[in-house]
Amino acid sequence: MSVKLTTRQVGDVTVIDAAGRITLGEGSSTFRDTIKDMTGKGQKKILLNLADVSYIDSSGIGELVSGFTTVSNAGGSLKLLNLTKRIHDLLQITKLYTIFEVFDDEAKGLASFN
Amino acid sequence: MSSADNPVVVSVDQYLESNLENVDSSEDRVVRLAGEIGFSEDDCYQLGYAVREALVNAIVHGNRYSANKRVHFKLSRTTGSIHVLIEDEGNGFLPAEQADPLAQENLLSQSGRGIMIIRAFVDEFVIEKTEGGGTRVAMKKSLPPGT
Repeated sequence: MSVKLTTRQVGDVTVIDAAGRITLGEGSSTFRDTIKDMTGKGQKKILLNLADVSYIDSSGIGELVSGFTTVSNAGGSLKLLNLTKRIHDLLQITKLYTIFEVFDDEAKGLASFN
Repeated sequence: MSSADNPVVVSVDQYLESNLENVDSSEDRVVRLAGEIGFSEDDCYQLGYAVREALVNAIVHGNRYSANKRVHFKLSRTTGSIHVLIEDEGNGFLPAEQADPLAQENLLSQSGRGIMIIRAFVDEFVIEKTEGGGTRVAMKKSLPPGT
């Protein structure tokens, strides 16, 4: 199963609920296109919920970084919510834990934008 | 790469076409084999992940999806370990030629993390240029002592 992205608006924050696999190919391009579409519409506060992402390869990690950069360059911020242990470990190995703001509580993640 | 816990049994020895479908199927095979010899779910995942990353490198960066180039994929097992060999027909690659993905100035790079993750997920990892000019990756993951 490739990744499925569902978006919802909570105040001025866009929450993306991701599910499935973010890997080289369809999964990573879906994510990239969604982030570009959002920043194009002026949605610059993005909370990416990874609770149901079962797998992310290094290309998928690259897409997370690219999304972070795209949103930051547009004057906004992309933050992560509900990392699985495996994704958490990958962010530790790659030192990306020092780049991303990460939350395990949605309310706190939402509040952090204000 | 050491194999003190012989005998080695070859489970797969194939020349794969350079497409991503072969990445999925090869990852599945190694995860299944690792499970059969008693690896934990996390160790199966890590070995599968390492194989996926190495095969993607071989197909995408080495062979550049060429229909004329193959990837040699060899999977062997002993009683306590799995050995993987992946060779492409590209132009050769050595990690020393790559920018350090953990350097502060490279943390926001979109690519370049695969080999670092492979190293973290297997017990032994060797990468070298082949006699034919491509890249050879050999890796080994062992069952934890006492398993």
